[in-house]
Amino acid sequence: MPTETVKPEAEDTSRDWVSGLDELERTPITETRWGRFASRLWAGTWPKVLALVLVIGAWQLLFLSEWKAPWVLPAPLTVWEDLVAYAATPDYGQAILITLQRALTGFALSVAVGSVLGIAVARFKPLRAAIGSLITGLQTMPSIMWFPLAILLFKISESAILFVVVLGAVPSIANGIISGIDYVPPAWKRVGTVLGMKGFGLYRHVILPATLPSFVSGLKQGWAFAWRSLMAGELLVIVAGQGSIGALMQGAREFNDSARVLTWIVTVLVIGILVDTAFKAADNRIRKSWGLAGDR
Amino acid sequence: MTRARTAQFAGAGTRDDDTARAEGAVVLTDVVKRYGRGPGAVTALDGVSLTVAPGSFTCLLGASGCGKSTLLSLVAGLDDISGGRIDHVDQPVAMMFQESALFPWLTVQGNVEIALRVRGVGRAERRRRALELLETVRLTGFAHKRPHELSGGMRQRVALARALAQDASVLLMDEPFGALDAMTRDLLHDELERIWRERHLTVLFVTHNVREAVRLGDRVVLLSSRPGRVLNVYDVDLERPRRIDSAPVAALAAEITDALREEVGRHAN
Repeated sequence: MPTETVKPEAEDTSRDWVSGLDELERTPITETRWGRFASRLWAGTWPKVLALVLVIGAWQLLFLSEWKAPWVLPAPLTVWEDLVAYAATPDYGQAILITLQRALTGFALSVAVGSVLGIAVARFKPLRAAIGSLITGLQTMPSIMWFPLAILLFKISESAILFVVVLGAVPSIANGIISGIDYVPPAWKRVGTVLGMKGFGLYRHVILPATLPSFVSGLKQGWAFAWRSLMAGELLVIVAGQGSIGALMQGAREFNDSARVLTWIVTVLVIGILVDTAFKAADNRIRKSWGLAGDR
Repeated sequence: MTRARTAQFAGAGTRDDDTARAEGAVVLTDVVKRYGRGPGAVTALDGVSLTVAPGSFTCLLGASGCGKSTLLSLVAGLDDISGGRIDHVDQPVAMMFQESALFPWLTVQGNVEIALRVRGVGRAERRRRALELLETVRLTGFAHKRPHELSGGMRQRVALARALAQDASVLLMDEPFGALDAMTRDLLHDELERIWRERHLTVLFVTHNVREAVRLGDRVVLLSSRPGRVLNVYDVDLERPRRIDSAPVAALAAEITDALREEVGRHAN
């Protein structure tokens, strides 16, 4: 047989073979995206609703048992009515705005400081030996411990609050980056080297992108610490003229207004849940696009 | 131009040697690799000399502990040699591993483009080249997928496209198909052979699979274990395209397997 006629035929067969095998190895998608979204939404929602019903029910029972006087422990409905009425006033929104602004400023500063610190510690061995365990030590320290010092250093001011918020959040963010860098698969670094990356290039193209999942979980934890420190700070450091959540809550306590205190507790809880949901969504997105997630 | 890497304490080659060396795409001369120092030192490679002709397909074959992967790392410059010298016609060299090691934060296309990005190729040109290379490995249509959405064989083809994007004439492959099922491996042998011929590459291919070595190689270099030395070099004068299950491939593979078994048996006690 002349080779001229054989060659294209062989080429065709091998092309079919390649795409046939590729096709067989693809995982079939059985459900539509919307169907999956709806069922996942429901699966995530009903346990939350049930938990909420149980907690409010227990609260109502405690109220009905007359364990405490109604003005000390109001009924859930009383708190709800206060929340609805209060939410309509400008004070409420203003307080949330002031507090969130402090939180975001502190968090942004913490991300900047934590990232630089994390990269530096991961990169330079002596630095890690010097302050690696100090960072973890700081993380376990209750941030409220810093307030006496913060007040002495910065007096009763925004800076005092910011100082403590940053101290609370930085260790988590730095640790997120450090452990991310430590666990970059050596195979990825080797590929980077083979492709001709050195020093900064290797960091930019391989190591830093590879730390992303760990960085995000560090951010999430950092936010939790920042938020906690901020709440503690606002209750202790009441800056004149700044009607923040903590300041208004402290005021409510002074007027024996339990319903108002509980209104703020519920508000802070809801903000916490919303922020956590946002972090979870970011985390899930990364895991999904990296192929790390099962169906969650 | 020939560029050489020489161990600091080994004598550099003379001018006459250089002329001879220029005939090979990669020339290894008495390459020694030791790990550790003093009495506890382990000699992984002991005086390996090898000339890899431009455009040839050379398979490095050996049992565990023969230092075949070490040898490849040395050629790639990922590790330093303890003695001897390695000369390249062209540097850098491209390299592929057993794991595809694709970056999960990039798409398939992005993973190919990264090789070009490092070298400062512009965006439009990067895109064009990446799509062309994906066409070469027959993955057109998968450019925007993420690595985890592909099968193992497809991921290795992306890794091959990424290696080709380095535009190096020498391609080092460290057991690239070791983790794949037999059918996929068979297919990738055909694909690799086609690409090697189309692009006139010089391939240095490490494997412990004797049939794979005979199926692919112009030459099969058999290495001894602990320390690694060149035991024998087999010229594979079989017509291409070959099939891994053909009788001549099996016959030569059997001969090499016998030699390999004898070498492994030497380590029994």
